[in-house]
Amino acid sequence: MYETNTHSGSAIETRDLGKRYGEMWALRHLDLEVEAGTVLGLLGHNGAGKTTTIRLLTTLSTPSEGSAFVAGHDVVTAAPRVRADIGVAAQAATVDGLLTGRANLELIGRLYRIPAPEARKRAGELLERFGIADAADRLVKEYSGGMRRRLDLAASLIADPPVIFLDEPTTGLDPAARRELWNVVGELVAGGTTILLTTQYLDEADALADTIVVLDHGRAIASGTPSELKTTIGGERLEIVVENAGQLAPAIEAVSSFADGKPEPDEAGRRLIVPLRERVRLVDVVRALDAQGVEAVDVQRREATLDDVFLMVTGARPVEDDPEEEVAA
Amino acid sequence: MIAGASDSLLLARRNLAHIRQIPEKLLDVTLQPIMFVLLFAFVFGGVIGVPGGNYREYLIGGILVQTIAFGMIGPGTSIATDLTEGIVDRFRTLPMARTAFLLGHMLAELAGMILAITILSISGLIVGWGISAGVGHALVGYGLLLLFALAMVWIGLFVGVTVRSPDAVMGVGFLLVFPLTFVASTFVPIAGLPAGLEQFAEWNPISALAAATRTQFGNPTAIPADAAWPLQHPVLYSVSCVAAILAIAVPLTIRGYRRRTAD
Repeated sequence: MYETNTHSGSAIETRDLGKRYGEMWALRHLDLEVEAGTVLGLLGHNGAGKTTTIRLLTTLSTPSEGSAFVAGHDVVTAAPRVRADIGVAAQAATVDGLLTGRANLELIGRLYRIPAPEARKRAGELLERFGIADAADRLVKEYSGGMRRRLDLAASLIADPPVIFLDEPTTGLDPAARRELWNVVGELVAGGTTILLTTQYLDEADALADTIVVLDHGRAIASGTPSELKTTIGGERLEIVVENAGQLAPAIEAVSSFADGKPEPDEAGRRLIVPLRERVRLVDVVRALDAQGVEAVDVQRREATLDDVFLMVTGARPVEDDPEEEVAA
Repeated sequence: MIAGASDSLLLARRNLAHIRQIPEKLLDVTLQPIMFVLLFAFVFGGVIGVPGGNYREYLIGGILVQTIAFGMIGPGTSIATDLTEGIVDRFRTLPMARTAFLLGHMLAELAGMILAITILSISGLIVGWGISAGVGHALVGYGLLLLFALAMVWIGLFVGVTVRSPDAVMGVGFLLVFPLTFVASTFVPIAGLPAGLEQFAEWNPISALAAATRTQFGNPTAIPADAAWPLQHPVLYSVSCVAAILAIAVPLTIRGYRRRTAD
């Protein structure tokens, strides 16, 4: 009955996927291919199209153009089959405040058609694993934001689905819970689960993702493995912190002969990030700064990070503001 | 089909669990009708005369219908609350039957209505009401009340998927239900109403439902001999009205729910 229309065997595949709200394209021309058992990280500012992508792939909204397949099923024509094969942890925790944590997980498990005794057992295990076993029989409305978030994550895993979507899964988590989530992701992937996650934390994408796609204004503007991305923008960076913002201009002047690309000044941080040429000696940099009369508080060279990649391709750092902004348009 | 039914039951159980957590949700269908029974039986009972019987026997049929009519506020509020929270998105990503969300609400609210009907019947018995018709008629009477309850649940669900905030349901419910249940034979025989209002009351489905219930329970109906057609055939008119309400409210609710959850 359902049109499956399968193709390569990727766990997630999109072709020219797009979504328009009124006149505004929230997402356009997205081509993804996520191999089973890998993690795809979607990076981008708020409003870049990350949540839209997740809503399309989890059958919550319908594409305006293009097509998408999840676990081999078309998200439009075979939506019920997609739903049986996915777990979702959305940005706004989607659990029921008037049920206990345990009752939430059992209900969601049963709605995945897991038999009651097994749902009960899985719920118990997941509550334990996410550190909410002590609060299992309390109403969720009494949970803290972080606990609610962890319950939501547990809910996405209850049926052990082959494909999991995590929309900014560690936003609002404390460092310990964040680390635990990273472990969970690692274990799931080792067991063959495919994960698509969005994040604003570049270290998180670096640590978890096999492949990264950077979204900006609804378009994919860069993609590759974390190391590929770092290589494409060149190797080392020079980071200089100056006494006051007025010294940024002379500092740029001073380092121009060592730079392999445009130095990026950061006024508020009194900081300058310079893509470095090969074989530059730090002592020469310090002398040049000195010659220009720059009072450098700190000078260091380091490997390029995903942060630098992000800065290069989007022209701005990932800043956190209202996370709701992107959810509904 | 079977999976769809079990999904609906699971969600109905979820809604009933909510009532266990917030028992005051049930006030409007439990304590409030008891209060009405006591107020009307003891305050107005002495001054309102009912031809062919006493007022307390007359009263209960009306209060049953009125309580069920106000029962729309419960389903409206609970579905509107769900729609303002993320939980609906969760349900929509699960492999459950699409209809289960609405049907779950419906089943839970019907259970609440049955509780209200039971409580009211018992309070009625205590103040001197009774069923003097046979068992068959009594069952038809309760059957009619259940059908009406179903219709009011769907009206409530429709209002719930239409308004933007759960608080608005109460306002809409009062505006709709108060005039309808007071310009009717709910508490007073319509023969005493001024012209104009009397005609409205004669064609008001609430009057027909109260009259049909009273007829089936063998209570005094106080229907004038020259009353309009609906009151001459209260059962037929009531069933037709309920069918018409369902035929309109169910598709509108489904459409409203789809709109609220699209994209």
